[in-house]
Amino acid sequence: MEFDLIWQHRDLFLEGVWTTIWLIGTSLFIGGVMAIPLALAQAYKVRYLGRAAAAYSYAFRGTPLLVQLYLLYYGLAQFELVRESLFWPLLKRPEICAVIAFSMNSAAYVCEMIRGAILAIPKGEIEAAEAIGMSSVKVTRRIIIPSALRKALPAYSNEVIFMLHASVIASTITITDILGAGRTLNGMYYLAYEGLITAAILYLVIVFVVDRIFNRAEKRFLAHLVR
Amino acid sequence: MVELITEYGPMVLSGLGLTVALSLAAVALAVLFGIMGAALRLSSNPVSRGIGRSYTTLVRGIPDLVLMLLVFFGGQTLLNNLGNATGRWRYLEISPFMAGSITIGFIFGAYMTETFRGAFLSIPVGQIEAAKAIGMTPRQYMARIVWPQIVPLALPSFTNNWLVLLKTTALASILGLHDIMYNAHQAGRTSQEPFLFLLMAFFIYLGLTLVSDMALRALGRRYALR
Repeated sequence: MEFDLIWQHRDLFLEGVWTTIWLIGTSLFIGGVMAIPLALAQAYKVRYLGRAAAAYSYAFRGTPLLVQLYLLYYGLAQFELVRESLFWPLLKRPEICAVIAFSMNSAAYVCEMIRGAILAIPKGEIEAAEAIGMSSVKVTRRIIIPSALRKALPAYSNEVIFMLHASVIASTITITDILGAGRTLNGMYYLAYEGLITAAILYLVIVFVVDRIFNRAEKRFLAHLVR
Repeated sequence: MVELITEYGPMVLSGLGLTVALSLAAVALAVLFGIMGAALRLSSNPVSRGIGRSYTTLVRGIPDLVLMLLVFFGGQTLLNNLGNATGRWRYLEISPFMAGSITIGFIFGAYMTETFRGAFLSIPVGQIEAAKAIGMTPRQYMARIVWPQIVPLALPSFTNNWLVLLKTTALASILGLHDIMYNAHQAGRTSQEPFLFLLMAFFIYLGLTLVSDMALRALGRRYALR
């Protein structure tokens, strides 16, 4: 193992860590925001919208993220309409494509989690809210959404880890994330392990930190459920 | 467009066989690793339990593609250094198919560990105690009491793992395996219609998901505990 080379290129790996965190942070945020209305549409069985949300979620959960990413990055570029549009300066950038693909994918998974959490809310909580005169919008805003988000928390920590694992494919569209940094190092010096092992360790550390954060968050937000 | 599909479509479809073969090879390995992992985790020996736990932690901590590349590039070098050092073999090659199926099998083995462990734990202890009481050996009660119940209990979680595994095989295209993903990307490049062929791959994968979802659900109904 050539540890010197890894240390010499620590900036490369730092950039990789930053890119990975930035990529998944942004995608999880956008995906989460998209997921709430999708889940509500499904749980409330809104006409057409509910079905559409279910189909969206199934299709994005039923196909590889790699296909989704390539469709956006390589696929969209073939259309003149896209290349001449206002969004082209954004859509031609791999980072933006990755964020869009990851967000849409994450939304599909998180939507499923929140839907499950909404359906698991005890009827009594909702009836009690109605009994004290809350309108249905108010019940949704004050009772259902906060309760569902809390209950989805343990499953959501898996989604964060899943997103982290999935984000490595960003390196296949020229983005220098953690794996990208490792592959660049290996490519520069014709190495077999160093770059990849460094990447593996960095990912392990991030997973460890994420698990710790979620353990704390669960203790805080789900304290009322601990027996 | 119709011409393009008749020209390149068969190429994309020809990857279907490889995707299915890779998934089946990987899932067979995963079940094997999963049973071993579950046996380790359920063992009364603390060292075995530790090994079992490190296995699942490692897989949860390292992304699949990183492991796959490590096995494909690093494993090759490691294997040949080992061969040279021991003088047993001079050159062995890890094919992309081997690297892909072994890594995916290893990764999903960790998830299957949880599947089998959970299934085993949900069998009431009383049943095993009863089997012991009438004088069955561990081998006998595993074969006659535990196994027949593991299948229906593990099936829902197995289905989930299989669906994720199927999609993970698309990563093997990065190792150069000519699966659906790889062929679709190549067809898109040569025909200059990447969207069309990637969309085709999208629907082939969706079809695979739908078919396995339905098939495994039917199997679940067949084996449902009454």
